[in-house]
Amino acid sequence: MVYLTRVEHFNAAHKLYNPQWSREKNDAVFGKCANENWHGHNYDLYVTIKGEPDHETGFLFDAKRLSAIIRDTVIEKLDHRNLNVEVDFLQGKMCSTENLAIGIWDQLQPHLPEGVRLHGIKLYETPRIFVEYFGEKKGG
Amino acid sequence: MKQVNQKVAVFRKEHFNAAHRIFNPAWDDRKNAEVFGKCSNPHYHGHNYELIVKVVGVPDPETGYVIDMKLLSRITAEEVLERFDHRNLNLDTEFFKDFNPTAEHIAVVIYDLLRARIDPALELQVRLYETERNFVEYPA
Repeated sequence: MVYLTRVEHFNAAHKLYNPQWSREKNDAVFGKCANENWHGHNYDLYVTIKGEPDHETGFLFDAKRLSAIIRDTVIEKLDHRNLNVEVDFLQGKMCSTENLAIGIWDQLQPHLPEGVRLHGIKLYETPRIFVEYFGEKKGG
Repeated sequence: MKQVNQKVAVFRKEHFNAAHRIFNPAWDDRKNAEVFGKCSNPHYHGHNYELIVKVVGVPDPETGYVIDMKLLSRITAEEVLERFDHRNLNLDTEFFKDFNPTAEHIAVVIYDLLRARIDPALELQVRLYETERNFVEYPA
């Protein structure tokens, strides 16, 4: 089994704001991240796949094709966007880095060919804050 | 005490996260989109900005400091971070109401804010990273 990671970037605006709560409670829980006029980040996305190298190419999967899949299914939807307002797969969800990583996993998963398994999503919101998701569901 | 008569440059790094939109109000939406592309998205996008403040001078013979770094850090926090961090540069700051918030212009604004607080005998330059690969310096 080998693991292959492709790194991509996108820039986006967002806010952490729960519409079920009052302004005061949002400010108390999320602080300046709840600013109603948004703030933004340079996100760094690490997508790791796993499998066996093909005996003819030596590749687990062509990294350029992996990059194209990430671009088409994820980056196109996220780059230079407002995550709360413009991203279909985040509608109705809190735009935390945690939920974004899970959403990215769900976007990518169906587009990977047989024999290539998604291993992990690592998503940096800032150079010092990142989350990882390995596809584990609650109770699973 | 032994002392230095040559200039030394000292640097302080800071970070802030903000949303913005590159937009010229004198142009219609189509021309803004044509010139600025996805950077003009009306719903905003955002960045992790990294700011490097450079101060040049001869170290003070008594302290050995060009400038006290704690003071430089405090001035930068008060003048820049408190105004820009987790803000929408277009909407939440007074500087970019009629001044496009490009990295170039943000650097000029930051320089002016810091220049007013730093000893005129010291040289000042700011370098602002909008992404890891796009950065500007002022004065040039």
